[in-house]
Order: sequence, then structure tokens, then C-alpha cells
Amino acid sequence: MSGVIGVSIKTDRELVLMRKAGNIVAVVLQELKSSLLPGVETMELERKALFLIKTLGGKPAFLGYRGYPYSICVSVNSEVVHGFPSSYILKEGDLVSIDVGVEYDGYMADAAITAGVGKITQVAERLIKVTNEALNRGLKEAKGDNELRNVSNKIHSWVEESGFSVVRDFVGHGIGKNLHESPSVPNFSIPFSTLKLKEGMTLTIEPMVTSGRGETYIDKNGWTAKTKDCSLAAHFEHTVLVTEQGGEVFTSL
Amino acid sequence: MKKQEVIEVEGKVLEALPNATFRVEVEGGHKVLAYLSGRMRMNYIKIVPGDRVKLEISPYDLTKARIVYRLALT
Repeated sequence: MSGVIGVSIKTDRELVLMRKAGNIVAVVLQELKSSLLPGVETMELERKALFLIKTLGGKPAFLGYRGYPYSICVSVNSEVVHGFPSSYILKEGDLVSIDVGVEYDGYMADAAITAGVGKITQVAERLIKVTNEALNRGLKEAKGDNELRNVSNKIHSWVEESGFSVVRDFVGHGIGKNLHESPSVPNFSIPFSTLKLKEGMTLTIEPMVTSGRGETYIDKNGWTAKTKDCSLAAHFEHTVLVTEQGGEVFTSL
Repeated sequence: MKKQEVIEVEGKVLEALPNATFRVEVEGGHKVLAYLSGRMRMNYIKIVPGDRVKLEISPYDLTKARIVYRLALT
């Protein structure tokens, strides 16, 4: 955490490429969101995403990353992150989060959304709302000369106030030439982390929130993280640039 | 969605407590209760108040830590 040295400051040229990558991610996510319907196989989303990413001139950043076998993550209900697309068929009431990463000319962007299939329960709906708001609150804190822990604090306190828990096993990260760079951007407050944000840093802020206790375990497939208590989990993520006013989002339309 | 591993920080030992535990002040003024890692115990590394040490803290309980290294005195 501390001892984080060498957080890279991006140049204008790099930012142009990352914006472009972010744009592709946003388009893909929007397209996938609209195809979250009952009766759709999650593998179908994978095929669609792969096709779209390639058509738009990008490369899937997840495919092959540390051996990850797909180009997107589809996490259904109690799966928090890294869910594999599979032959699972979506049904009414499922809570699905989709995570997409795109490489464009050597630079990455990464984002995730969570949405319901058809009509979802009230808890699920509130979970989505709270997680999205947590991301927005985090974004506002991502400004130059602010401490990184303020981002974490804002997310953490808002989520706990709302009666949900944050997932501590997974964190946001720096992003740029590599999918994961330093620093780590935790969603829970660490009172002694002292890293200062500087303008030009690019981070992903990604609150993962569960309706239960927030503890996770890794499934037999070696990737998928699920909640221990089988509670629902939501995950929102944006790739952002630290600026004077707050985080500038790359991955929205 | 990067995996959060244990949090690694440096700190200064304030006080030796019973059962080979220590009160350690982490950079930034946060105090934790720390015990010696098994590997350090096997190699008879002695820790006294005033030493600078490397700690591992679990993200689930930020008040407890494990001492994994004694840093050279400067």
C-alpha cells in the first residue's frame, strides 16, 4: 500500500489512446446491457462482445490475461467478479454484472456495470442504486492533491450507511499500458495509507457491494469470486483520469 | 477487480507486550497489535522497542498485524 512508488503520470498522447479504448468499452457495455433478456445464454454475450470489440478496432484486454479464458466477465447473482460466460441461461430476476476491458494501440480501459434481467427484487434494485452512487461519490474525490484514501473512505462509509457491505478481497487499480498497475484503489478505508493523487494518473474505481457480509471465496474454476453467504453482489467500474475537478470518466458515452 | 493481497507497511515498534506481541506504530500514526511471524521466530530474530519493522495487515482487521521483517537500523 504505502511503498507504492512509480504511479505513472500519463502524457496527452497516452490519454488520447485511453479515451479511445474507453469509448469502445462504453459502446460494448451499452450494447450488452440492452441484450440482458430472459432466455439469453451468457456465452452469447461473450460472442457479441468479442465481435464488437474487434469491429471497433480494439483487442479484448482480458482474453489471455494471466490465463483468463474469455474476453468479458459475466457474474450472475452471488458471483461478485470474474464470472465465466457459460451455457447458463439468464432468467427473469437475475442480477448480472458485466466487466469489459479493451486494449487500443497498447493502452487499456476497463469498466463494469450491473443490471437486472427483467423485473428484479427490491433489494437487488437498491443494491444497484447504492453501488452506482458509491462509484459517483468515489469519482468526485479523485482529484489532484487529494489523498487516495479519501476515495476509499467515501465509498466505504456510503455503502455501510446504506446497510450493505463492501468486498475487501478485490480492489480497483491503476491502469494504462497494463491492465493492472499500481496503486491499489481499495473500497474500504485504510487509515494509514498516505498516497497522494496527482493530475494525470489513471485509475479504475470499482466498488463491489454485497447485500450480505462481503466475504468471498474463489470458485473451483480458479477465477470466479462468489459471496460466502450467497448474498447478491453488484459491481460498477469506470476508468478515470485524475483532474483538478475530480475524476474524468473515460468509459461512458 | 484486481486481487487485494495483504497490505504491506512499515512501522516502528513502540512497546513489547506479553506473549511475543508488540505495539507497532504504522506510518501515519495508526497503531496495531503485531505478532512475530513463524519464520522470524524460527530464526531467533529479536525485536526490541525502537526497531523499524515490515508488517503484513489483513484487509479484514486493520488493528492486527504480523511482523515479517526487521529492517536494518539506519
